[in-house]
Amino acid sequence: MTDPDIDWIARAGAKPKGKRPDYFEDPALDRMLSILIAVVGEVSVLRERLDTVERLLDARGTISRADIEAYEPDRDAARERGLMTREYVHRVLRGLQQEMEGMAAEDPPIPDIVEALTKN
Amino acid sequence: MKPDVPPPYSAVTRHAVFPTPRHDEAARFNFLTAFNTYLSGTIGQGNRIAYEGRVLPAFRKTHGREPRDRFEIRHAMNQDPWHRFWSALKRNSMEMRQQNGRTMVLRQLDELDAKARQFNEGRTTLELDPAIEQPRYQTAVDIHCMPGGYHGEERPGDVSAGANYDCGIFATTAGGLGALSDGGGQALVQWLRRERPDWAPRRILDIGTTIGHNAVPIALAFPDAEVIAIDTAAPVLRYGHARAQALGARNIRFVQMSGEDLSRFPDGHFDWVQTTMFLHELSGKALPRVLGEATRVLAPGGLILHLEQPQYTDAMPLYEQFIRDWDAFNNNEPFWSAMHALDLKRLMVEAGIPEEALFVTGVKAVVDREIFPEQAQDEREDHGRAAVWNAYGAWKPA
Repeated sequence: MTDPDIDWIARAGAKPKGKRPDYFEDPALDRMLSILIAVVGEVSVLRERLDTVERLLDARGTISRADIEAYEPDRDAARERGLMTREYVHRVLRGLQQEMEGMAAEDPPIPDIVEALTKN
Repeated sequence: MKPDVPPPYSAVTRHAVFPTPRHDEAARFNFLTAFNTYLSGTIGQGNRIAYEGRVLPAFRKTHGREPRDRFEIRHAMNQDPWHRFWSALKRNSMEMRQQNGRTMVLRQLDELDAKARQFNEGRTTLELDPAIEQPRYQTAVDIHCMPGGYHGEERPGDVSAGANYDCGIFATTAGGLGALSDGGGQALVQWLRRERPDWAPRRILDIGTTIGHNAVPIALAFPDAEVIAIDTAAPVLRYGHARAQALGARNIRFVQMSGEDLSRFPDGHFDWVQTTMFLHELSGKALPRVLGEATRVLAPGGLILHLEQPQYTDAMPLYEQFIRDWDAFNNNEPFWSAMHALDLKRLMVEAGIPEEALFVTGVKAVVDREIFPEQAQDEREDHGRAAVWNAYGAWKPA
């Protein structure tokens, strides 16, 4: 039960006191990233829910919503799901990880290589 | 190499006043745990690569010298596109943690308040004092980006701040503090048992206790001791008291009181005075006052112990100081940076502890290693949330 006087959905997302840093020159980018990463999180939640459904169906052949809510992974399942989420995060954030590796590699621009191989 | 997979949210101990997570709320925390681990572990090193590869060389070129302090590095790094993007993601992770925790807590606030009341009503071990004012260092910004801070209420007398704080620690620390997020308190007990196996403190004071998660293991380890846990914020004390009772810690009294004014206690009243990850949430003026009062109420022969992340010293590279400062400027920890640059030992001496009595020791969270894997203590460490601390302490000469 919830307090009817409190809009818990709105209050859950209350802004903390203190000015938020600007991370990008264009404020729209800050807003877009917040939206994007929230969606990234929700896709992860959906994947985990689907995994729960699959595991329960495997085990019992039929399920209810209450079964899903009550589900708790055992040790092996928890590790498999942890790996699944880890892999998922690696996939959606690949751009950052490859940029990081690119910074370390200091590769010359491709046209430079094209030119070099054309000549030699 | 076996990949580092953090424990699932279902490994959190659901004590009697813990909010009940829905399937998807737990999954949200599981995502945030994996996301945080990725940001600090997998791509955290990108900040150093950007710094050494382009930010530092550009700084040298512009200024003709090395950076003088962590602030110059921060200003330079805040212009770097990679560091900006990384910081923006991390900030979002902190904000999402708050929203998920608050969603879970506020939708079941009636039940949570009712559960807390069962443990709180008519008990003499919870003493709230509405006359206690919230200090400016608690109200200037909402610490950790927790809407309302430790003291905020969604309605008078609620436990929302405490419940939200409790339910999210597991996700932001990737389980590094254990199923009850009490790995710090457990570590203190273990350290003490090794250091002074026969010591039995009679009276213990925990200053800035919040929900008492580090005080409860102490109370349980010393059942004959009287533990006083103080904080200026009533909502966390309400929750903390109920939580302690639910966990069977009956020898602990939660009192709304400021660590700056312990006048209620006579000199030398406590055998052990403790702060755990608290000093960095004070201010330049309040910190010496708290240390002074803590020393005053400590009995001769007693133990004073302050657990914090390592202080910045000249021996710590400026880049490490910069990256450890992230929370100060990005996660509403306004005293973090200044506090970590202080000479805590000198301040403790000024507070009345003889220099020769001081010691510094490393303390690592004590958790069930079967469930909670060892965390990285290298470049992949999640600074500010790492389950490894320095204990700045002293045995007061008898």
